[in-house]
Amino acid sequence: MAQITVKVNGKEHTSEVEPRLLLSHYLRDVLNLTGTHIGCDTSSCGSCTIHMDGMAVKSCSILAVQADGSEVTTIEGLATNGQLHPVQEGFKECHGLQCGFCTTGMIMSAADFLNQNPDPTEAEIRHALEGNFCRCTGYHNIVRSVQWAANAMSEGVIE
Amino acid sequence: MISYAFDYARPTTVEDALAQLDDDAKLLAGGHSLIPALKLRLSAPAKLVDIARIPALKGIRQDGNELVIGAATTHKEILSSDLIKEHLPMFAEGAALIGDPMIRYKGTIGGSIAHADPSADWPAMVIAAEGTVVVQSKSGTRSIAADDFFTGFYMTALEEGEIITEIRFPVPAEGTRMTYQKFTQPASRFAIVGCAAVRKPDGSARVAFTGVSDAAFRDTGVEEAVGDWSTAAIEAAAAKTAEGMELNVDHFASEAYRHHLARVYCKRALVAISE
Repeated sequence: MAQITVKVNGKEHTSEVEPRLLLSHYLRDVLNLTGTHIGCDTSSCGSCTIHMDGMAVKSCSILAVQADGSEVTTIEGLATNGQLHPVQEGFKECHGLQCGFCTTGMIMSAADFLNQNPDPTEAEIRHALEGNFCRCTGYHNIVRSVQWAANAMSEGVIE
Repeated sequence: MISYAFDYARPTTVEDALAQLDDDAKLLAGGHSLIPALKLRLSAPAKLVDIARIPALKGIRQDGNELVIGAATTHKEILSSDLIKEHLPMFAEGAALIGDPMIRYKGTIGGSIAHADPSADWPAMVIAAEGTVVVQSKSGTRSIAADDFFTGFYMTALEEGEIITEIRFPVPAEGTRMTYQKFTQPASRFAIVGCAAVRKPDGSARVAFTGVSDAAFRDTGVEEAVGDWSTAAIEAAAAKTAEGMELNVDHFASEAYRHHLARVYCKRALVAISE
C-alpha cells in the first residue's frame, strides 16, 4: 500500500491505496465522485477526463499514486459558488447532451481548451475534442455548446 | 480492467531511478502506453519507477550547436516551445498530431521512443532530424544514433538497466526545411503511415517513415532519388518509398494499400519542402 495526498475539488484527501489503483477508480470508488465516467477504459474515449494540475487528462490511464501531491478538479468541482461553469451552462442552453455519458468528459476537455483558446473557430473546437467520443453522435450540439460558452466568457455574461 | 499488483517508486534523480531499476522493474513516464498494457495484463512488472517528474529529464534547451530535449518532456511542452518552433518546426507540427490533447499532456518523447510502437510518430521525426539518444546506466552514459536505435517491432537498442535521459539534435542550418505528414488511424490516432522529411540548404534530404514497417526507418532510396527536387524527381523519389521492404499488414491497411499511402505521404512531404 502507498499513502497519497491529493487535493480534489479544493479539499485535501489522504488515502492508503494500492499502487495499481487507477485515478478514475480512486475518484469514483474511494471519494464517491461518480461524475467522472469510465467508458472505454483504454484511454481512447475521454469520458474519464478530469483536470490534474490544471491540465485535462484521462484518469483511466493514470494511477492514483501518480496523482500524489497533485491538485485534481472533477466535474463536481467545476462550478464555483453555486454558479455553473460557462461550459456547463452552454451544454444546458444548447442541448449539448443526449444520453449524457460522455458529457462530463466533454465539459472537462472543453473547459481546459477554452482556457488556452478563448476565441476558437468551429474547426478548432472539433480538433480540440478529438479525444472525446460521443456514442450518440451528438457532436453538432456539443460544438455549439462550446461556442456558446466561449461567447459567454468573452462577453462577460458569466464569470 | 485491473492490473496485476506492483510496487511504485517516484525517485527525484536519475541516480535514484537507476538504483530502483532492478530486474523486474519498469520505467513509467506518461504511462499512456504502459498503463493500458498493464490493465490488459500484457505486462507484469514487480515495480514501476516513475520518472515523469525528475527535473533533470525535463525541458528543452540549446547547447551550442545542439538542441536538447529531456526524455520526460511531454508532447504538449514540445509543440508549445518557441525553441522548437524556431529550429525544429517539424516537431511542433508532428507533436500536435499525436493522440489528442489529453494524451499530449502526459505522453513524453522519451517514453514514445523507448516503447517504439511501430506506428508512433516520434521515431520517424527523431530519425529525420538526426537525433542522438543519450542513455544512462549505473556504468555510465552512452549515445545511440537514432538511425541505429529502432531495431524492430517494439524493439530498440536500449539495454537492461538503461534510462533515456535526453535526445540531442543538431541545430538545422539556416534555410533547412522540414515537415511531418501523417495518415491517422481515426480511433487510435496512431499513424497508419507517417513521413518525416528534411531538406537541407545544399539540397540533400533526410527521409524517415513510421507505421510502414516493423520499426521506423530511414529511407536512403528516397533520399538519393530526390535529386534536384523537380516535380519529376519528387515523383521518382516517392515511387522508391520502402522499396524491397517487408511492410506491415493489419486490419486497417493491407500491404498494397499501406505502400500506396506511404508513397502518397512521401510525395506530400517532399512537395511541402521542395521550395
